[in-house]
Amino acid sequence: MWPTSSILLTTPRRWSRASENLTPDTIRLDGVEKSFGAVQALAGVDLVVAAGECLGLVGHNGAGKSTLMHVLSGNLSPSAGTIAVGGQTYERGWNAAVTQSQGVRCVFQELSLCPNLTVAENARIVHAALKGVGWKDRAARLIRDKLDEIFPGHGIDAADEIANLAIGKRQMAEIARAFTVTEGALRLVILDEPTSSLDAVTARQLLAYIRKETARGTSIILISHLLGEILSASDRIVVMKDGRKVADRLAAEFTRNSLVAAMGSEAREHRRGAVRKAAGDVLVSVQPEPDGGAPLEARRGEVIGLTGLAGHGQTRMLLRIFEGRGAEVKAASAFIAGDRQSDGVFNLWSIGRNITVRSLRALRGGGLIDLAAEARLSEVWKEKMAIRTTDTANNILTLSGGNQQKALFARALASDAAIILMDDPMRGVDIGTKQEVYAMIRAEAEKGRTFIWYTTEIEELTHCDRAYVFRNGPIVATLSALELTEEKVLEASFAEHAA
Amino acid sequence: MKAMLNKLARQPWIFSFAAALAVWLITIAHTGGQGAGAILTAALSFATFTIIVGLGQMMVITTGPGNVDLSIPATITLSGVVAMKVMDEDTGRLVIGVVAALGAASLVGVFNYALIRLLRIPPIIATLSSSFLILSTAISYGRGIRIKPPEPLAEFATARLVGIPVMSLAVLAISLMIGLVLARTLYGRSVLAVGQNSNAAWLAGLDVGRTRFVTYVLSALMAGVCGVLLSGFSRGAALNMGEEFLLASIATVVIGGTSVAGGRANVPGIWGAALFMYLLVTMLNTFGASAGVRLVLTGLMIIAVIVAAGGEEQR
Repeated sequence: MWPTSSILLTTPRRWSRASENLTPDTIRLDGVEKSFGAVQALAGVDLVVAAGECLGLVGHNGAGKSTLMHVLSGNLSPSAGTIAVGGQTYERGWNAAVTQSQGVRCVFQELSLCPNLTVAENARIVHAALKGVGWKDRAARLIRDKLDEIFPGHGIDAADEIANLAIGKRQMAEIARAFTVTEGALRLVILDEPTSSLDAVTARQLLAYIRKETARGTSIILISHLLGEILSASDRIVVMKDGRKVADRLAAEFTRNSLVAAMGSEAREHRRGAVRKAAGDVLVSVQPEPDGGAPLEARRGEVIGLTGLAGHGQTRMLLRIFEGRGAEVKAASAFIAGDRQSDGVFNLWSIGRNITVRSLRALRGGGLIDLAAEARLSEVWKEKMAIRTTDTANNILTLSGGNQQKALFARALASDAAIILMDDPMRGVDIGTKQEVYAMIRAEAEKGRTFIWYTTEIEELTHCDRAYVFRNGPIVATLSALELTEEKVLEASFAEHAA
Repeated sequence: MKAMLNKLARQPWIFSFAAALAVWLITIAHTGGQGAGAILTAALSFATFTIIVGLGQMMVITTGPGNVDLSIPATITLSGVVAMKVMDEDTGRLVIGVVAALGAASLVGVFNYALIRLLRIPPIIATLSSSFLILSTAISYGRGIRIKPPEPLAEFATARLVGIPVMSLAVLAISLMIGLVLARTLYGRSVLAVGQNSNAAWLAGLDVGRTRFVTYVLSALMAGVCGVLLSGFSRGAALNMGEEFLLASIATVVIGGTSVAGGRANVPGIWGAALFMYLLVTMLNTFGASAGVRLVLTGLMIIAVIVAAGGEEQR
């Protein structure tokens, strides 16, 4: 049996000389493997994280990053290999209870807060010490203090129910929760795409906090597809490919290009050319609501960006257009969700059925769905989007997060919709895939499709012909392709209301 | 061969058929092989009614968590009473009686969905309360009289073709049709999609409201068909004729491997489960168990089969 958690928690230092290579604050993986049936997601990974170190972890979708993190956090047990933490080496029996007691926390890409509980109640879930009379107040204080520390001006109340928070705020609450401490030391926090739902400002706050936390001796593993973020925040960077570690060097030794090269794809700088050919007729026009703001217009063949701080009305605008509520919409639209789990994926269905669900009407012949045509359609789009699977009949959940997202792109693009609405769809998508999708968007726009694209990554606005900046609901600025710079967007996002 | 067996063992409906077979074998072992065929024929006849309403309930449950139709027993009674009253033992009025009964049943479905959608009442409460209204209507409409079904209806409900009830062949056709609807039509796919994730279904351009509406009407319509056939089979409508179908309709769905959380339907499982439930009662009767023991054992056996089938995957 393994030592009980309380011993480890109260006397972490005692183990320091138990094994010569290990200090208690180091987590060390040796030859960790994990396979799902025939698919080997991890093919022998060695990994060491030193105390007070921020380790950046990058790689393509399906490179094994998320699997590795699920192993580290105890959600999956490795098929082979050992994990050493706090001077204790585990060959088996590595599970969520152990990681919890060892001070290993994880913020996953698929958020794991309970939607029907408040922020404070969610904090209680990981802190058994919060009990007895008044636990709610103590939990609220704990999470509020941490939110204030990481995200000053966050605007989240500890009594807010998670379901009522926008995805960005949910992510902030989850990140803050991972850093709260009651009893036992915090050893390692794993952040899996933490900034994917955060806007530029809160993302910066988080990166600043990572510096502060590592200075206190906590180790952090940061997974991100935003290479700038990885390069600036990490001390050391590990690159994964096909379930293996292919590079492991100090961050200072990498450049953006060498990092991309290590991942195995080319860096391509892209700038949407100046003004393009004259755009087509107006497909979407939305008049401002009575509380002011500017109107929105999208023409055939245009790529329109929606930006500003996360959760300031961009998704609501997309839904208005989707429903045709208070908006003039002259063609069919398809919606690509960014929040895959709650708005996108049908968990029980195959990849193929997930792709074709938006096209069923078109696939009917004599009232019945033509199964052969359906299979052809999903096969074509599997190829076009390069979805990594052997068979589109496999369940959608056999795909990694980024590949599931590709399937959602395929669903919209395979349909007859002339207007594609995108709700921050690049969350958790690797840079290689992003380049493919950007190219696809350009090609489809050339063919006359209209894209309305909410993005939290200002970089992506370079693909747009025009962008609308949202603040507290209405549109506060309209920026043409030539005016689209990070400074302009941030300026408009924060400009004070004329008093 | 082995691969095929493996594949067969993974089908969620196999357990209900295996259980039905086991119960049948135990029964005929007890009787020394006597009446083996007769028991099967009777099981097919009686199970038919459960299958009809089970299919409707399956569609409702498949449209997602919280969706269930508890008004099935009342609708069966209403439809039976309306059919008998309108036909009034006159063969010439047979068709109009069937139309009236099914029409009344469909109205129940419309009414149920109106309560759920317009008044935002949870389905479990909406269908339960509407069943009181329906039953009261049936009681006041069919007050006190006992009318026999027209001869052709009674004959159809009890006719056999080489030992197989004709009615069960008709229900087999209905079952195949529902299987086809689920796999190959926009409505069927919508039911499965809405049941998995109604938000995603809506964003994928499916009509969530219409899908649920059609499903509640379909369930009521199936209950109506059951009511008409049952009054033909048992030579008249009775006010408690639907009673046993509340548990039966839900139990067949669950035992048959349909996901209670929605999104996954299982047509063959309904057949296995309905046969199992009837054969179970037959077995206990053969053993001479008292009514109390029978109920307790029925409950235990249903739990056992659900456990054996693995139930829902826990997450």
